[in-house]
Amino acid sequence: MIWDALTLQLGYNATLVTIGACFLGVAAGVTGTFLYLRKRALVSDAISHATLPGVGLAFMAMVALGGDGRNLPGLLFGSAVSAGLGLLCVNWLTRRTRLAEDAAIGAVLSVFFGFGIVLLTVIQNMSAGRAAGLEGFLLGSTAGMLWNDAMVIAGGGVLTLVLVMILRRPMSHVAFDPEFAASSGVNVARIDLAIMGLAMAVTVVGLKIVGLILIVAMLIIPPVTARFWTNRTDLMVLISGTCGGIAAWVGAALSASAPSLPTGPIIVLVSFAMFAVSLFLAPNRGVLAAILRHRRFQRRVHLRQGLLALAQGQPIYEAFTLRLLKRAGLALSDGVATEAGKARAAKALRDEKRWELVRADPLFESAAALYDGLREIETVLTGDQIDEIDNRIGGPKGVMS
Amino acid sequence: MSGVEFVPLSLTPLLIGVFSAVACALPGNFLLLRRQALIGDAISHVVLPGIVVAFLVTGVVTAWPTMIGAALASLVAVVMIEAVRRLGRIEPGAAMGLTFTAMFAGGVLLLEQSDTSGVHLDVEHALYGNLEALIWLDAVGWESLLDPVALAGLPDELLRIALTLVAVGVFLWVCWRPLKLSTFDEAFAQTLGMRTSWIGLALVVVAAIAAVAAFDAVGSIIVIAMFICPPAAARLMTNRLEIQITWSVVFAVLSAVLGYILAGYGPLWLGLDNAVSAAGMIATVSGLILAACALWAPCRMRSGAPAQ
Repeated sequence: MIWDALTLQLGYNATLVTIGACFLGVAAGVTGTFLYLRKRALVSDAISHATLPGVGLAFMAMVALGGDGRNLPGLLFGSAVSAGLGLLCVNWLTRRTRLAEDAAIGAVLSVFFGFGIVLLTVIQNMSAGRAAGLEGFLLGSTAGMLWNDAMVIAGGGVLTLVLVMILRRPMSHVAFDPEFAASSGVNVARIDLAIMGLAMAVTVVGLKIVGLILIVAMLIIPPVTARFWTNRTDLMVLISGTCGGIAAWVGAALSASAPSLPTGPIIVLVSFAMFAVSLFLAPNRGVLAAILRHRRFQRRVHLRQGLLALAQGQPIYEAFTLRLLKRAGLALSDGVATEAGKARAAKALRDEKRWELVRADPLFESAAALYDGLREIETVLTGDQIDEIDNRIGGPKGVMS
Repeated sequence: MSGVEFVPLSLTPLLIGVFSAVACALPGNFLLLRRQALIGDAISHVVLPGIVVAFLVTGVVTAWPTMIGAALASLVAVVMIEAVRRLGRIEPGAAMGLTFTAMFAGGVLLLEQSDTSGVHLDVEHALYGNLEALIWLDAVGWESLLDPVALAGLPDELLRIALTLVAVGVFLWVCWRPLKLSTFDEAFAQTLGMRTSWIGLALVVVAAIAAVAAFDAVGSIIVIAMFICPPAAARLMTNRLEIQITWSVVFAVLSAVLGYILAGYGPLWLGLDNAVSAAGMIATVSGLILAACALWAPCRMRSGAPAQ
């Protein structure tokens, strides 16, 4: 069943929804990357909650004009208008008053949403039963979707994706380095507006599938996931788009394969699972990599301290150090150095003395800056320089009585 | 209006609305100044999975398991936001958005998967709350306020939110100096030996308690609105913290009362038959107050000086 769903064999509408969701996921992942890099991820939360009054007003307007209140393009148009209004309010509050952006986001989000709920109750009262479909916008509902609606969503997803692809270059300029972008002739304010507009488009198209409460997840989670795997903007866009697409595909297919698996939450949870995997397993930025890095560092410190102790004939009490030395064949279990251990210990002590001179001599300032207690001196100085230092240290001296 | 009608039907919802609004607005002032305004948003989303899990564990939707579940969920969310931020080196806004959407999605999924047909538990209820239904059936008029038998029939929500309001007030009163200092000058507070991170955590926990108690009575939408709108409007009125908090309480009470009245009687004035959502209307009124402050309040500009 799940396999059927994943390979698009569950009927025409399910297929359209899955494909539409996938395009939407890619578009959301790519747009979200720019939002994330501009550090404005939560603006999308305000945008999505601000769509609700638009949906309600559009419904009322269409009913008042004698049409069908549930006409999806009409509702989406209404939601886009009110989302745009919400976005303008956030910008205005941040620019013209002393309120910080988070307060502006929260204010717009709650007030628009509250007003939307007032409108929903008005609609419920004015036409009992007919408005049942509008609650679906809160959490998304793909069950019983009409063919026309599925086409609108698929088409909207494609259109958004195309727009994102066209604007990719200037947006990554602005996201990565706004000052440089401005100096090279990009209109930063306009591109910012375009990023927000695209986020709005994704939100509006995704309303019916994911619902307005969870659509922000499609804009936030894939970029955060992608950030773990790369430091390059273009790669991040690619990875984030792929993650968003896969999550939407798998989520839509899973929810079509069984009853009571709502599409929006499933997409979000699939996305979150990908994030969790990345958080732990990503190379370099992942938690596992950090733990391994820490352990390696710990081993090097312990080994070095152990060698210095051996060279100076001090006893080693620390169990971990002793285990490391034994495993490397440098010491016996009672803490006595082997032949190899004696040689390494002598070298460690000599290196320590060399570093001491290097750090005391202003001539070697740049080399001394690299000293961290673990670095091999051969990786910093040339053979000639080391010889020169060794000359200064001189050979072994006898002990005077 | 006569007491016979007002006391049983409107007095308790009105009081619960006012207490919830003030209990959320008080910690909201500090969250706003600390740029953590959206914590309220995050908490009110993650309350849903907490309630669902509490229901699945205990099998009933009663007050205490619900509140404990919601409180645990908000604690989990705060820890998770912090963990994602630190472990993944993610900016706080994105970490927050990621956490609360994922937890909310989990809550919705659990709700859909479990058999909740026999109990009153659904997402819409969690969002809008049910302020209008908290009526006091035992009352017959103003004299019931002195009648112990009738008083015993007061909705439990009223007592809980009143206690929460007192607790929030006591917390602010006891921790006033450290809170104020660490909010405005964290480094200075640290040099005085204050544990600023503990103060921050305590504030978030108090905010979560207020949110959960208010949520129980009035739904999440008021919670978010009251955490942010009255303090933000008050911030535009003054530069002094004490005055700001006073204003925020005034605005919170004003939104709750006006919102409740407009929701209950506004449609009747317009010739419609039925009342609209009180929670939504309270949020709307608070937004209108904020808009008015943003346009005309004396300290609305960033420089901080009153506009000339």
